[in-house]
Amino acid sequence: MLDNIDWEVVQLALPLLTEGLWNTVRITVLAIVIGTLAGFLLGLMSVSRVKILEWVIAAYVDFVRGTPLLIQIFLVYFALPVIGIEVGEYWAGVLALSFNAAGFIAEVVRAGIGSIDVGQTEAAKSIGMTYRQILVHILLPQIYRPILPPLTNELITLVKGSALLSVISVYELTRAGQAVISQYFVPLEIYTLLALYYYVLISLLTRLSRWLERKVLAY
Amino acid sequence: MAVLSPTETALKPLLQVKGLTKRYGPSTAVSHCSFGVDEGKTVVIVGPSGSGKTTLLRCINYLEIPDAGQVILKGEVIGQRQIHKQGQAWKPISERALARQRQRIGFVFQRFNLFAHLSALDNVAVGPHRVLGLSRSAAQDLAARQLERVFLKEHSHKRPHQLSGGQQQRVAIARCLAMSPDLMLFDEPTSALDPELVTEVLEVMRELARDGMTMVVVSHEMGFARQVAQQVIFMDEGSIVEQGEPDAIFDRPQEPRTQQFLSKVLV
Repeated sequence: MLDNIDWEVVQLALPLLTEGLWNTVRITVLAIVIGTLAGFLLGLMSVSRVKILEWVIAAYVDFVRGTPLLIQIFLVYFALPVIGIEVGEYWAGVLALSFNAAGFIAEVVRAGIGSIDVGQTEAAKSIGMTYRQILVHILLPQIYRPILPPLTNELITLVKGSALLSVISVYELTRAGQAVISQYFVPLEIYTLLALYYYVLISLLTRLSRWLERKVLAY
Repeated sequence: MAVLSPTETALKPLLQVKGLTKRYGPSTAVSHCSFGVDEGKTVVIVGPSGSGKTTLLRCINYLEIPDAGQVILKGEVIGQRQIHKQGQAWKPISERALARQRQRIGFVFQRFNLFAHLSALDNVAVGPHRVLGLSRSAAQDLAARQLERVFLKEHSHKRPHQLSGGQQQRVAIARCLAMSPDLMLFDEPTSALDPELVTEVLEVMRELARDGMTMVVVSHEMGFARQVAQQVIFMDEGSIVEQGEPDAIFDRPQEPRTQQFLSKVLV
């Protein structure tokens, strides 16, 4: 079976794919940072007890969960220019992934805050803390560890979702692979390579998360 | 806010509970309970489980919002304010105002409820630092003194999960003390403890009573009630059935329900 593999093309493809990989890394790191920050912000707003904020966030999360990522990417790509924001496909891609991740991470944060024993909130109330103080000083510092596994899941989904950005011609890993395929017609080799690349990328993310869980957030 | 004149305050109990009522749907957990606690005195509330003792206690610092009645601490109504001076209209106060009132009322929980991410020292210091606005180091100094008072000085760096139940409960008491409360409420503080750890917590509470802390204690520790309390309240089915001095309640209970309860617990 190995005889059927066109090793020459694989060698040709490697530098092209590496360029795509580099773009995927940049895009996903940006989206992870923006999406996580926005997700925390939205998550906190969703437990702010300000009714209007809670409704808006709930609607947002509902939309993000209820529509395919592919459609969201097209929407961001085509809608941003309509409202006068010309950012190009690269940033449209970053923003689409971030908006999507933020919705899911908001839910993770909300669930994390809800998972802390209500007794601690009552104890904090009884020494005269306001809800905002309880959120900031008691609940928030305790959620990082419990939310790390579900947060990692969301970030893995984000990395995988970045492959969809190929549809708006962002030159990321999948797009780079497709370009090679259309030139040399070696789909099996290239898709196998793509799978390997994504696998390594996501393994690194998983390891980082496990390490954080063990070393940094242990108490 | 109904603030009484100094002479009036001197005659009134430090804590007055008037007609407190709490309902959950169709059932009434606490029904028209009234009692007073003089400054420096200890009141122990006893009664069968489900009799509303804990709910009554939680209503005092508005962890539960009562449906009717009032709690008055040092002449100040807790959790409510009067809209018209003459009228009878009362409204809930703001979250911030309620938080400020709660600073003066310590609450010790059955399950300790320590902050899991903080050391024993910081569990005690977080209130003075974040709520009273002391500097971090001043708050920690104060916390260290309070931990010493509950005999936990050498455990101050430990996290709650590294402490025994008795130690955790003493940290929780120190956490209240650091706020210099006017009143302390104890909700079955020894019920979640292994038997051999009960004494160390009761000893600390005895010490507090001796030092003149005003306390309301929900407890099944009849020995503690008899020795420390100036007043014992017996509750059943949400109502106060009988209240009086410990000797009167324990040795000469007047109500059949009190007699029946005591005959079961005082073996």
